[in-house]
Amino acid sequence: MKILVCISQVPDTTTKVTFTDNNTKFNTQGVQFIINPYDELALTRALEITEKQGGTVSAITVGLADTEPSIRKALAIGAHDAIRINAEPIDGFFVAEQIANYAKNEGFDLIFTGRESIDYNGGMVAGLLGEMLNIPSVNVITAIEIENGVAQLERDIDGGREKLTATLPCVVSAQKELTEPRIPNMRGIMAARTKPLKVVEPNGSQANTQTTSFELPAPKGACKLIDVADAGKLIDLLHNEAKVI
Amino acid sequence: MNIIVFAENQDGAFKKSSFEAVSYAAQIAAAHGGQVTAVSIGTVAAEKLAELGNYGADAILNYTDAVFNQFTGEAYSKALSHAAKNKGADLIIISNTYSGKMVAPRVAAKLNAGMVSGVISMPETSNGFKVKRMVFSGKSFAEVAINTSIKVLSITPNSFSIVENPKSPSVETMDAGLSTSDVKTQTIEVARATGKIPLTEAELVVSGGRGMKGPENWHLIETLADTLGAATACSKPVSDIHWRPHSEHVGQTGITIKPNLYIAIGISGAIQHLAGVSSSKVIVAINKDPEAPFFKAADYGIVGDAFEVLPKIIEAAKAFKSAS
Repeated sequence: MKILVCISQVPDTTTKVTFTDNNTKFNTQGVQFIINPYDELALTRALEITEKQGGTVSAITVGLADTEPSIRKALAIGAHDAIRINAEPIDGFFVAEQIANYAKNEGFDLIFTGRESIDYNGGMVAGLLGEMLNIPSVNVITAIEIENGVAQLERDIDGGREKLTATLPCVVSAQKELTEPRIPNMRGIMAARTKPLKVVEPNGSQANTQTTSFELPAPKGACKLIDVADAGKLIDLLHNEAKVI
Repeated sequence: MNIIVFAENQDGAFKKSSFEAVSYAAQIAAAHGGQVTAVSIGTVAAEKLAELGNYGADAILNYTDAVFNQFTGEAYSKALSHAAKNKGADLIIISNTYSGKMVAPRVAAKLNAGMVSGVISMPETSNGFKVKRMVFSGKSFAEVAINTSIKVLSITPNSFSIVENPKSPSVETMDAGLSTSDVKTQTIEVARATGKIPLTEAELVVSGGRGMKGPENWHLIETLADTLGAATACSKPVSDIHWRPHSEHVGQTGITIKPNLYIAIGISGAIQHLAGVSSSKVIVAINKDPEAPFFKAADYGIVGDAFEVLPKIIEAAKAFKSAS
């Protein structure tokens, strides 16, 4: 089993988001970066599969040199080797195309992404990769087992859950519940230093979209407080004043 | 602009989000000219198909082959790209539901189109083609320009109104040239909670946090939700300790929602939680801690114990519902 896990580096979830350059750039000052939480689940599940059935897990990221701590962390968690495509990840299409270019001749049986990155929330890389590599793609999986070359999957659907199968090779995107994320131990961290990390130059594709500006939500007006004794009045306010029920 | 809209159905009935998408497309066509073609995939009765005309569909393409009896990203994206080529479409609109998220990127890759997901605005076309979307899981918004001639937008459910705009669309049955053996995913079982409103599409949401003290007290949340016709949600700690399923977790690492009303009970309002709900139109916070950050993000607040406050609200909600 040869597995590829796509890793994206994102701001820590506690980050207070601000922008610079006239609201055109995300302000990275003082921001701590982490592996996207869904990608971490994907990586852990990939490792669990290879530990049970044999095989290797490669971690791949599209990012400049500043993303190396995250890809090293992926190695520390247990990935066998890593690839960094040396480019600014401009949009989902660009990222998917870079990864597809790398993956197409490598013979991966299974490719994992996270459900979405928690910064840009595009959620499109899994589907794009599936189409670009002409293989099935299944989003938001909460369970995966591999049996006889077939992935047995469960995924979230609107209002419920679906069980399905996909033949390998395929792309899946990890949702919560897939597994519990693994924390690197000292042995893993030491081993990560000597594991192979290959830097690949991008394959000149162009981004189809471009973020032109950012905007923070308008501040909320004052909160209208209701006395506990009159708590029932809330319903009246929601109906007559806020007009939402 | 020639616009293709994915009219997604569930068990033969179009979803509310599909009507939102058709309305959205019709408004773009009204502003810029062009035709709106709704694409129905799977089996939908003729009278149901006609409903798409109520919201401005000029034409309906109907893909009914056996390969579409189960939902797969592979087959459904093939039908949509087939329809787009058939109509010479330059804009494809898909609602950002779980199914939409599966289909939209594959359509974009097939058509070599620029794609923006989670769109929350009409396109701005005075200088190129720009749309707004939520980023940082709701902590901010971004304006994104699309540079390609064909564009795919997946629009956030509950962001656009359904607008009546009656037309008499032609219905054409289509063959995408796909057989079941072309599809490599196979649905085994679909389990949906019956009679429950899916969280992602809900207009009203009642949500509980650790202040609810334990899963045995969730009947209060459920009673209020059922009375109002709302979906139920929870905070991350609550799903982490398995009081509630992960599918109910809203927040930065859970689901981002955009309902008209979000009632948070016993949730402090950590930045990660607020990220997932801050786009709600009206927020109510109920918490016994007057310093809870949620009160800064809420429109209405009650400082008090959930077990004292909730019965009063439930009683008022029941009285309101029986009177209306």
